[in-house]
Amino acid sequence: MILRALFQIGILLVLPPFLLGVVNRVKAIFAGRQGPPLLQLYFDVWKLLQKGAVYSRTTTWVFRAGPIVGLAAVATAGTMLPVAGQPALFTFAGDFVLFAYLLALARFATALAALDTGSSFEGMGAAREVSFASMAEPALFLVLVVMARATGSLSLSGMLGPALAPAWRAAAPALLLSAIALFVVALAENSRIPVDDPNTHLELTMIHEVMVLDHSGPDLAFILYGASLKFFLFGALFVRLVADAGIAGIWAAEAVFVVELIGFAILVGVVESVMARLRLTRVPQMLVGASVLSVFALVLLLR
Amino acid sequence: MGAWTDMAFILVVVLDLFLLASSRLGAAIRAVALQGALLSLLALLLTGSGHSVGHMLVVAGGAFFIKAVLIPWLMFRAIREMAIRREMEPLVGYVPSMILGGVGVVLSFAFSRGLPLPTNEMHPFLVPTALATVWTGLLLVVSRRKAVTQVLGFLVLENGVFVFGLLLTDFMPVMVEAGVLLDLLAAVFVMGIVMFQINREFASLDTDALSSLKD
Amino acid sequence: MTGALALAAVVLATSSGLLGLALRDRPDLGQRLSAGALCLAAVLGIAAAVPVLAGSPASVIQLSWNQPHASLAFRLDALSALFLLPILCVPALGAVFGIGYWPQEEHGSHAVNLQLWYGVVTGSMALVVLADNALLFLFAWEVMALCGFFLVRAEPDRRDAQKASWVYLAAAHVGTFAIFAFFASVGSARGSFDFSAWGGLGSGGAAASWLALLALLGFGLKAGLVPLHFWLPGAHAAAPSHVSAVMSGVLLKTGIYGLFRTAGFFEAPPASWGAVLMVLGGVSGVLGVALALAQHDLKRLLAYHSVENIGIITMGLGIAMLGRSRGEPGLVLLGFAGSALHVVNHALFKSLLFLGAGSVQHATGTRDVERLGGLSRAMPWTAGLFLVGAAAISGLPPLNGFVSEWFVALGAVSALELAPLDRASFAVLVAPVLALVGALAAACFVKVQGSVFLGNPRTKDAARAEESPGVMLVPMAALAGACVIVGLAPALLIAPLARGAAAWSGMDPARLAGAAGAASGTATWVSGVAFVLVGTVAGLWLLRRRLGAGTAAETWSCGYAYPTARMAYTGSSFAQILNQGFRWVLLPRVRFTPPKGPFPTGARFSTEPREAVLDLALLPAVRDYISATSRVRGLIAGRLHLQALLVLATLVALLAWRLLWW
Repeated sequence: MILRALFQIGILLVLPPFLLGVVNRVKAIFAGRQGPPLLQLYFDVWKLLQKGAVYSRTTTWVFRAGPIVGLAAVATAGTMLPVAGQPALFTFAGDFVLFAYLLALARFATALAALDTGSSFEGMGAAREVSFASMAEPALFLVLVVMARATGSLSLSGMLGPALAPAWRAAAPALLLSAIALFVVALAENSRIPVDDPNTHLELTMIHEVMVLDHSGPDLAFILYGASLKFFLFGALFVRLVADAGIAGIWAAEAVFVVELIGFAILVGVVESVMARLRLTRVPQMLVGASVLSVFALVLLLR
Repeated sequence: MGAWTDMAFILVVVLDLFLLASSRLGAAIRAVALQGALLSLLALLLTGSGHSVGHMLVVAGGAFFIKAVLIPWLMFRAIREMAIRREMEPLVGYVPSMILGGVGVVLSFAFSRGLPLPTNEMHPFLVPTALATVWTGLLLVVSRRKAVTQVLGFLVLENGVFVFGLLLTDFMPVMVEAGVLLDLLAAVFVMGIVMFQINREFASLDTDALSSLKD
Repeated sequence: MTGALALAAVVLATSSGLLGLALRDRPDLGQRLSAGALCLAAVLGIAAAVPVLAGSPASVIQLSWNQPHASLAFRLDALSALFLLPILCVPALGAVFGIGYWPQEEHGSHAVNLQLWYGVVTGSMALVVLADNALLFLFAWEVMALCGFFLVRAEPDRRDAQKASWVYLAAAHVGTFAIFAFFASVGSARGSFDFSAWGGLGSGGAAASWLALLALLGFGLKAGLVPLHFWLPGAHAAAPSHVSAVMSGVLLKTGIYGLFRTAGFFEAPPASWGAVLMVLGGVSGVLGVALALAQHDLKRLLAYHSVENIGIITMGLGIAMLGRSRGEPGLVLLGFAGSALHVVNHALFKSLLFLGAGSVQHATGTRDVERLGGLSRAMPWTAGLFLVGAAAISGLPPLNGFVSEWFVALGAVSALELAPLDRASFAVLVAPVLALVGALAAACFVKVQGSVFLGNPRTKDAARAEESPGVMLVPMAALAGACVIVGLAPALLIAPLARGAAAWSGMDPARLAGAAGAASGTATWVSGVAFVLVGTVAGLWLLRRRLGAGTAAETWSCGYAYPTARMAYTGSSFAQILNQGFRWVLLPRVRFTPPKGPFPTGARFSTEPREAVLDLALLPAVRDYISATSRVRGLIAGRLHLQALLVLATLVALLAWRLLWW
């Protein structure tokens, strides 16, 4: 029991940067490049942790608290997410609401830290982040409610647990629609193409990257690591929803789960490689579309 | 079998939502064509034991030819001739029309069970799909500026009526379907002629520009 | 016993302002004594309310009153006690804040008057929730409404205060009229005006629906449900900040109390009533926050957020009503707990935010968000406390706003567990609406916190700011502390809330106990996660301190070396994307002079949100009505025989109606 809990925390804490490495490798292969090593993000985080930081004279403690609260909130949200069909560390009715609100807390802290610099670019990024998030949030809730209805459980562990396989047999169309919506939300929340481009360094066009322009050293390490953690969380939600392998043994299930997560990273890498970034005005359309799809899914289950 | 029918109905509704969100005319016409193809497939899938198979084959084949082949071809010709690619600025924006479409879908799926129907329901999704599709068609006709998009809206509306017609095939044979198909064809002809005429006369298909013609 | 304590608190609070009147030549002492009296009243109120919430039976006091149908009947049950706590505590803290913010020495007789009405409004609000007789309730209600009028006009020379106070008075009286009609019809049907005789009203048929609509109109106007919210932003922005804190944090809640009380009278309300409340609440929630996003005036913005929070409260009430109509104790408990706890929570963080806004105005002399900025250096305490309130109102864990929103959301998703094919399970849609409202509120408060406290000062006023005195900070700190405690230990509150739910719904407490047990179990988990969060933050903070230290530099501006505050993103720019999406409800007035020529000068762009219901519907209608009637008046003015004819015609018409149709 304790061993399993430690293993879950271990996966949660160790694996995430590797997934972003996979995404970048896929993109590099598509572009005909060799690309950075798969473990590049670990090296980056390690190196940044050794360095000192530079703080703008405009900033206050809010700027320094931003990365810390952001990382802590995402990591805490991770304690409620089941890994490979096993119950999470914390599981209770309505935990998915707390999960979503913890992600909102991370966003709140990051956006405030961005505004603390007084830079117009970072203000722009923060404005976009909170605006798009407010459209992604209902979609995420609707997807989770669809899963709650389909599995008859009000906790994340129940929704993504053994009840999922029969739910797919009974309500495949609704779950499929909500899986599509969840993928869209995952792309938006993790600022991937087609919503945001994590690689550009043109401040005017970015959302998430521009918010963290002024962070450096250990603070930036926290932010990069937190972003990979968030990617992991959405990936884990998505692969459990669409690819419940139904493997009996715990360790085999964990192994399959890791492979599925890598599959998710490859999928995201392919999407990023073959799609162009959407115009900013089209982003709300995409997110509202995801909400409408998941409302439709919910209605299919409720009638 | 049942799962495929469910899926077809759901795809019809998803296509409705897609039409409300798309600004590219080419994609919209393809979506309408796909919807037509799905409807002809549905006509086949819903053929129960009591129907004559030959009759349903004729209906489905006719629907497929007209809805998925002929009309899209005509529409593609029309936009090629007039060199328009996308709807410019709709009267009601894409996000609000998507939300309105979603509201229509929710209401039709939530409340269609309460409607009094002349026959047994053949499939639980049939009536709500028909209602949602009619609603989408009306929204498109009302909220778009370009005559081409309005024609598309009209086609979607007819698709909704066709789904309703499927309900009635039991005791109202051929006439219903024939009526639906025919009046659709007539409509497209009329609209097509009108469009070409307007385009030739005014070099524009913006219906706003037409309102200055009123006495 | 508890009832007597509560009555003593009422008397003490009501008379607290008289001390200032008596000590006119020692204004500072008078104000301190008044604040002390209010604090004492709050302590008495706590002493009265806590035992009732802890399980002692409802306390009833019955005195006779020589008015027809009226009696001095008071009743302190768990529902009243839940409302009594914020009603007495928030004004007490506000009064302490007022010592620094609105000293009687400076403001002279206006401040003495203000203190007088401030005490009376506190007492009358407490009386409203204690009254057990319709006429007594109406009396307290009317006193409260009139006090509100004088409080809004605390500075009678200001034009905005004048306009806002008259609009408030008109709205309040329309509401009172509706409530009066409701009470009169129920009372005449029941033959008694005591609330104790009103239980078990039938809720079937059109008559009951009309009655419920009357109550909804009357109490909805007071609570500020969209579209009845039009009087609210103006009134709350015009009053001095500690008064706004009371009006927005507490006074609105008497409307919610009225909705709760009247909903309790009806036996087995149909599910459609719950649906109406949920829809109204959802609309208020979304539109309230959308309107708030567009405001430049800090206090108007906060006032619109009250509309949003009233929406959340109403959604919770709707879920509880749905639970009653379906006989589901889980829905009743969670809906009621979310709704009632949000009443308390909103009183805490909204008054904290209004006091913070007052502190900002005190320091800078402006409430315009665009003219502030960078205040967190000069006013670190105000900034930090305001941040607590901002995070709490955005419903972020581990603060109290999250807890009550979580109860409402949990109630909504519990609707999934209703019987299959029950249309009531569509109530689950409340949860995504709540998520939308929460995310928009977070966006709005990032905007507020960012443009008021972070970055660089945008004007000289903002640069001159100094931290407020301790007497203003202590009440804010108390409110912020309460926000944190409720957020970290929600499980403690389940038992009192379950008692409130039992008192309200008339449901067997034993049936509610199971649901309460489940809720308190999950609430314990929530505290657990909250502590993990706090622990992780603390751990990372310590880790960060061991890592590399920082050096100072300028903000990176893409290579530009001299960024100024004029280049920073303003609040309006921040909210622009969302405002664009809500254009259809904001209907902003846009003034735009485009730049012209190769060396453009004098280009201007400004937008001003309008209050659609008031500015575009009600005021034009009233204006048209006045011009039409004044034309008629012009016709007959000064002609005695025509006026006499009018009187005669009216008389004949009335007689004819009486004879022919009655």
